[in-house]
Amino acid sequence: MKKEYLRIDKVVGPLIHISDVDDVFYGEVVDIMEIGTGKIKKGKVIKIDEKNVIIQVFQNTAGLAAGNSIIKFTGESFNLPMSLDLQGRIFNGVGEPIDNGSDIFSLVEANINGRPINPMSREYPRNFIQTGISSIDTLATLIRGQKLPIFSGNGLPHNELAAQIVKQARLGDNVHEDFAIVFAAIGVKHDDEKFFRKSFDDANVMDRVVMFVNYADDPIAERITTPRCALTAAEYLAFEKHMHILVVMTDITSYCEALREISSAREEVPSRKGYPGYMYSDLASLYERAGMLRDQLGSITFLPILTMPNDDITHPIPDLTGYITEGQVVLGRDLFQRSIYPPVAILPSLSRLMKDGIGEGFTREDHAEVANQLFASYSKVQEVRDLSQIIGEEDLSPTDKKYMAFGRAFEAKFLNQGFDESRNIIQSLNLGWKLLALLPLTELDRLSPENIEKYFHKEL
Amino acid sequence: MALIEAKKISGIISAINGPVIKGKNMTTFKMREMVTVGDKQLIGEVIILEGDIGTIQVYEETEGLKIGEPINPTGKPLSLNLGPGMLKNMFDGIQRPLEKIQQLSPIFIPEGIGLLSIDDQKLWPAVLSVKAGDILLAGSIFGTVAETEVIQNRLLVPPNVSGTVIEVVPDGSYTIDDVLVKISDGKNQVHELKMAHEWPVRTPRPNAYRKETLVPLITGQRVIDIFFPIAKGGTAAIPGGFGTGKTMTQHQLAKWSDADIIVYIGCGERGNEMTEVIEDFPKLIDPRSGKSIMERTVLIANTSNMPVAAREASIYTGITIAEYYRDMGYAVAMMADSTSRWAEALREISGRLEEMSAEEGYPAYLPSRIAEFYERAGSVETLGGEEGSITIIGAVSPAGGDFSEPVTENTKRFVNVFLALDKSLAYARHYPAINWLESYSGYIKILSDWYEDNVAADCIPLRNKILELMYEENKLQEMVMLVGEDVLPDDQRWVLEIAKLVKVGYLQQNAYNKDDTYVPLEKQYAMLKAIEYLYDRGREGLKLGIPTSQLKDLDIFGQFIKMKYTIPNDDLSGIERLKDEIDQYFEVLFKKYEN
Ligand SMILES: Nc1ncnc2c1ncn2[C@@H]1O[C@H](COP(=O)(O)OP(=O)(O)O)[C@@H](O)[C@H]1O
Ligand SMILES: [Mg+2]
Repeated sequence: MKKEYLRIDKVVGPLIHISDVDDVFYGEVVDIMEIGTGKIKKGKVIKIDEKNVIIQVFQNTAGLAAGNSIIKFTGESFNLPMSLDLQGRIFNGVGEPIDNGSDIFSLVEANINGRPINPMSREYPRNFIQTGISSIDTLATLIRGQKLPIFSGNGLPHNELAAQIVKQARLGDNVHEDFAIVFAAIGVKHDDEKFFRKSFDDANVMDRVVMFVNYADDPIAERITTPRCALTAAEYLAFEKHMHILVVMTDITSYCEALREISSAREEVPSRKGYPGYMYSDLASLYERAGMLRDQLGSITFLPILTMPNDDITHPIPDLTGYITEGQVVLGRDLFQRSIYPPVAILPSLSRLMKDGIGEGFTREDHAEVANQLFASYSKVQEVRDLSQIIGEEDLSPTDKKYMAFGRAFEAKFLNQGFDESRNIIQSLNLGWKLLALLPLTELDRLSPENIEKYFHKEL
Repeated sequence: MALIEAKKISGIISAINGPVIKGKNMTTFKMREMVTVGDKQLIGEVIILEGDIGTIQVYEETEGLKIGEPINPTGKPLSLNLGPGMLKNMFDGIQRPLEKIQQLSPIFIPEGIGLLSIDDQKLWPAVLSVKAGDILLAGSIFGTVAETEVIQNRLLVPPNVSGTVIEVVPDGSYTIDDVLVKISDGKNQVHELKMAHEWPVRTPRPNAYRKETLVPLITGQRVIDIFFPIAKGGTAAIPGGFGTGKTMTQHQLAKWSDADIIVYIGCGERGNEMTEVIEDFPKLIDPRSGKSIMERTVLIANTSNMPVAAREASIYTGITIAEYYRDMGYAVAMMADSTSRWAEALREISGRLEEMSAEEGYPAYLPSRIAEFYERAGSVETLGGEEGSITIIGAVSPAGGDFSEPVTENTKRFVNVFLALDKSLAYARHYPAINWLESYSGYIKILSDWYEDNVAADCIPLRNKILELMYEENKLQEMVMLVGEDVLPDDQRWVLEIAKLVKVGYLQQNAYNKDDTYVPLEKQYAMLKAIEYLYDRGREGLKLGIPTSQLKDLDIFGQFIKMKYTIPNDDLSGIERLKDEIDQYFEVLFKKYEN
């Protein structure tokens, strides 16, 4: 029989300290019941020193004080019931239904912390997912089982881009393969959550979406569990039920801020900008849950969204993310201000997995070269633009003038596309060739003679 | 046996804080002793002892542990079982085989699987090379086992044992635990020699003496072999922000460098990158052995989601395995991707211990740990009289891509080659994104004789000349950004043209192209020599007053840019033909201007 405790020594932010506790385990889930209202909050043991225990409470600790609550150790880890019935449902950040539906009943329970996938058990992801967005498909190709974050900034259309990907991307090879979407909202505004809900409706996938929502005005500590609940559901559907899962998660920045707040309540030594030294490992324990398994159907493709504080890509949140994820799609404010949608800044964008998922048999044999050439030429455009700022466009050399024209056309025609416009990869590649034709052939040093012969200045 | 059992006194868990726990009743434990923690018997290591209180870092997830559960001693420090069966395999940070773990648990890595190590069931064909009466020195070789198709495991007398052979088994098939040889030391004590022996990871394996390193590690990568060579037995760091090419470079080195043995540590990086190695390496053929490169490779994986304390250990596990093969007389190259994750693991443990931190939360002993690690590289005469070496190539992942952070700064102090990866080069898809202005190799001087004897007398001078050209180009570019290229005099524009050729046609090397991924030194030299030839002929033209626009024949430049693809690695005659074309073109041109 588990003991109940009536005494709270100290409440510091989301943490409560209690003493004289016996027989609890590290990571044990705690129910904290407010005497009077009977409301139950959940928490978890995060430090034990002899008989002193620190509990991280996932809901608001306001009002908790010595004498007004009963603390009950449940003897359980943080487990969630898993079932196919998760689909079409909405939960809060600790996995409780908030859609007025019934509780999920299942004999299968999973610890939300997951466990590391054995690298021997993984399969290296190689299947191209067409998103219908030229910049992504051509230059930062999404691969099934990849973790590819969107690095955005406040006010940039990352939600629209994610919604467009959800709407247009086909995850399975054929219609017989099952797919579902797991959506985790961490510290988001009600409007944002509504936007996504509507876009799932528009895409006719609502009954295949599992939603975990922690609103901006919900407790911060719950932000720590929201992504874990979502990824646990994703793992169950992908690896037990063999479905192709797309996880969309926003906003990782809110998650990291919650992590920082809890760390500072624990009085830990901070590393950069006050974020805890273990943030890299902590983020990895989320991102690395994406992937595919050998000899087994099912996959988790992971699209986390984060807003870079001050649009700074070197800030610890995007920085540590980029060190873990398999590339990044970066949105640029200058493109956005020039009304280019989606404003994908291609130079810092990268898909580390595209190399094996493109080319003959996957997309088209010229894909790698076209991508390389577009990167190289567009990077030259930046240099020429800098120069033209100084000496004026009229005084540029004839070749540099061509770069200016190429740059403008590339942004207006290739990057820019409608929210409802889906281009297949062949259309995107052909468009790439058409734009490269604005440059003299001598400038195109990444293209092979065979592909030039076949595609350059050709009616495609 | 019974005596040891009787002496075993268990500690009791008294505090739990993530991967760090404390125990009471631990007076009989030793510092750095390996222990099992809790009812699940998680593996841990004693890192602090104060009175009867011990602090332990635990190599597995600690969720579920309780106060009062036992801590049991193993009587030995964190050690590896060194023997055949490591090559072609992947281990976690404390040498547990991931394939065996997978058999126990198909998808995820569970905790409490205990101490697993190399396969102790497998029979290996042993050939013994000693007979009764022979004197065996510590660290000498007493037989061989064909560990893989390519590598002979030379059976080593442990570094702390020696004596006269009193018994030898006949050649035949044995497991790593079978006694093959018995020796008697001076004190009439008998030692049993097996294929495998244990060695503590934190103690460098001894050697007879250090030697100077005079031979380069040939990597097949132009920017490294020609511009910033790494000596066998040397040290190199590859720092760079995310996406700049650290892992690709490390993979390229693991695939193609001419070391006998590769030890590759995926330290706190992506799971898929290790999977990629497991999937790809067996398919790649080593140009020297004609066999798969996996035959000579040991993999250590502590991916970023695996327990952080084992990340700290993985580096030592890797270097100890490297030393083991070095002691057989092999040239070992070890890649650690990324040493920053190891440093961060140190920081995390240090933080949990509430130690005083120096810079950015790192403990004050960070520099000495980095130094100790790189000091385990080197060329040596082994105890057994062989020549062996360990080359260490460590990736560094600076926070924010800023090289002035503590790990990069301190690594720079202790390595001799610095291959600085550059974000803007990577953005422009100039790969490998090794910045030629910031990078350096401290081995140029000591290796220049080797290059002179084995490549060409002018190889290093040529390298210096081209590097100077690149420095000049850099200065000129600053000017171009102010006034535009058209304003520069012709000789400077020629420098810009040639420098661009060096960048696109030479420094850029496509790891995904089947020919360009590995280039023999001869071709590396010949290509650069051809570029120099073009440069020099052009300068003759400049003297005749020929403008750069005329000197730059688009066809010739086009061929130069493509020569890495069009000229086969094993037939360099195309480069001579290219030079002929240059001559023909310039002769006609020069005639026009001479008149
Ligand atoms: N030598 C190379 N050839 C071709 N592509 C490269 C090369 N080096 C790096 N890349 C590209 O850069 C990407 C990132 O490289 P990676 O080594 O994973 O970076 P890091 O480890 O520094 O984060 C790769 O996925 C690949 O697309
Ligand atoms: Mg890497």
